[in-house]
Amino acid sequence: MENKTFTISVYSENNVGLLNRISGIFLKRHINILSLNVSESEIENVSRFIIVVNTTEKWVQNIVGQIEKQIEVIKAFYHIDEETIFLENALFKIESSLLFDEKQIQNIIKESHSQIVTVARDFFVISKSGQRAEIESLYEKLKPFGIMQFVRSGRISVSKAKMEISTLLEELKQEPV
Amino acid sequence: MGTNKISGAEAVIRCLLEEGVDLVYGYPGGAIMPVYDELYKFKDQLHHVLVRHEQGATHAAQGFARATGKVGVAIATSGPGATNLVTGIADAQIDSTPMVCITGQVGKHLLGSDAFQETDIIGISTPVTKWNYQITEASEIPEIMAKAFYIAKSGRPGPVLIDITKNAQFDEIEFSYKKCTSIRSYNPKPVLNIDKVKEAAEIINTAKKPFIIFGQGVILSEAEAELKALVEKSGIPAAWTILGLSAMPTDHPLNVGMVGMHGNYGPNVLTNECDVLIALGMRFDDRVTGNLATYAKQAKVIHFEIDPAEIDKNVKTTVAVLADLKESLTALLPIIESNSHEAWHNEFKEKYEIELEAVINDELKPKREGISMGETIEMINKHSKGDAIMVSDVGQHQMFACRYAKFNSTKSNVTSGGLGTMGFALPAAIGAKMGMPNREVVAIIGDGGFQMTIQELGTIFQTKVPVKIVVLNNEFLGMVRQWQQLFFDKRYASTEMINPNFIAIAEGYYIKAKKVTKREDLDAAVAEMMASKESYFLEVMVEKENNVFPMIPTGASVSDIRLS
Repeated sequence: MENKTFTISVYSENNVGLLNRISGIFLKRHINILSLNVSESEIENVSRFIIVVNTTEKWVQNIVGQIEKQIEVIKAFYHIDEETIFLENALFKIESSLLFDEKQIQNIIKESHSQIVTVARDFFVISKSGQRAEIESLYEKLKPFGIMQFVRSGRISVSKAKMEISTLLEELKQEPV
Repeated sequence: MGTNKISGAEAVIRCLLEEGVDLVYGYPGGAIMPVYDELYKFKDQLHHVLVRHEQGATHAAQGFARATGKVGVAIATSGPGATNLVTGIADAQIDSTPMVCITGQVGKHLLGSDAFQETDIIGISTPVTKWNYQITEASEIPEIMAKAFYIAKSGRPGPVLIDITKNAQFDEIEFSYKKCTSIRSYNPKPVLNIDKVKEAAEIINTAKKPFIIFGQGVILSEAEAELKALVEKSGIPAAWTILGLSAMPTDHPLNVGMVGMHGNYGPNVLTNECDVLIALGMRFDDRVTGNLATYAKQAKVIHFEIDPAEIDKNVKTTVAVLADLKESLTALLPIIESNSHEAWHNEFKEKYEIELEAVINDELKPKREGISMGETIEMINKHSKGDAIMVSDVGQHQMFACRYAKFNSTKSNVTSGGLGTMGFALPAAIGAKMGMPNREVVAIIGDGGFQMTIQELGTIFQTKVPVKIVVLNNEFLGMVRQWQQLFFDKRYASTEMINPNFIAIAEGYYIKAKKVTKREDLDAAVAEMMASKESYFLEVMVEKENNVFPMIPTGASVSDIRLS
């Protein structure tokens, strides 16, 4: 079985230590996490993890099973890229003087559909949302002028198919205690 | 202020009592002292057994849990007390043993400051616990303790660790207790899909050479009667994994023996000849399957399992029946057709004859001078009549014990299967005996493993728990030596043991002790041990370089099991 990029989505309770428990499942199998994002989800007090890995489908199935089995995990899914809408965010900090000294920077910013989020006397900051290749392309274009700081977020994604967590939680609530 | 308030430490004890716990194993220390102070006050209701090392507390709790089916409880202090629990917790995790461990922790205000005896036991225990939680406020105690017991026991059982900071033990709360019966993110018992049962039955009913492998799931879901009924109605030959042993009487005519690395010849070889493989509450461990690429490829595989993460993990299933085993077998039974599969059974019998000739006779009735481990187990069978609980350690003696022990009833085989923890048996036997005081408990231990938890002889002496201890002494770390002989050209690197005078050590703990070096003395010595009302230590000097066969070499196919 060949390796592929998979996006794992985990809905869980928002508890201390759960991130450690989940990342431990990857550690145990010696799999490197390519990117990780944890945030609130569409449901109150429910967290959502987005984990990107490169592995075989068999392993991602096993891993999702082992994640889902953790007590505080509500549900876990995995998807290939075609099944999700995904993007990353990047911030570039650049010297302000370059805006005037190197006029093509303004064109680069326009063409890349990125935004200037702040301008100070010494530096300005560009924010770019998009797929990895778009961010990398912008990085390559800005690099010759000097980038003071660069940072890129983990992948965030939503699935094209429904993830009926709310329904699931409703059902769980109604189960006789 | 209010007189109805109690300390967090007292709340811990009251929670244990609410959960029906009357016996705990542990070792005191600074960060758990408030709980021990309450144990002193509650000693009439809750018996605490002082072990000699925290690892012993976990294994004793495991032995208790495995022999009774109840949750075992171990208590330790912070730092080294807590880290000493880790081996037992890992063992309980991989063998699905219900256990709750309670550790003391430094005060909340000291967390993360590298305080005296502070260790991140939550971080350390995360990969080896079913669940863990750090309590930093006394008010959390009742709810978290209730969750701990619910999680440890429900679904596929496992160990839970609760770490309690010292301030939470001292602070006062109004106590009220409600048992936990559900957690919204946790689904311990998948709902049985009856269509899957029907699909399974159809395949089983039309099978020509069906084969059952049952594991500990039978014991954990208390489905022994259902298993027996299924096997008897369907006439399907049934073999067991090491942890499934004793779920069905060993002398049952349809019980064909053990699968796996040192299992029986027929069940292993015929795994690759059956047309339907029915796996009941087992997880296709690599010691069972050998090389997965050549494992039961010809067969349709039906997996009855409670844990969804086990489905298709190692072996691809044709039909998976996801539910508690007792429930799924109960549904399966009425739609299974009666059969006897005589010709198929004869294949098992033929294979057994081959193994009898090549291996078993030689082991149980050796013509050599030295005593064999197998004949010692056989001698214990003779005197236990199959009614004893056998607690084995890890190594060659364990394989001999599991291959040759006779069991009439369930929960009789207590051994460290998944983790292979040397040092398990002595403390586990203490727990098993305390849990089942009316049953005879015999620990079978090698000279290596015995010295890993030998200090628990002190616990046996202090508590007067009448366990029978058999050390099979070959003055070698026998299993490793066997591998060195077979796969490393007899380079015996660090496997020879120069042992102390075990009899003197046992007698030093005031335990009756006897050493057997000659075959003619074995019968009387085992008889004396089994008749003893007190604990008894029996050392049997066995052949130094005997090997366990059959054997599936690592990475080989079950078909390539070696008889010599």
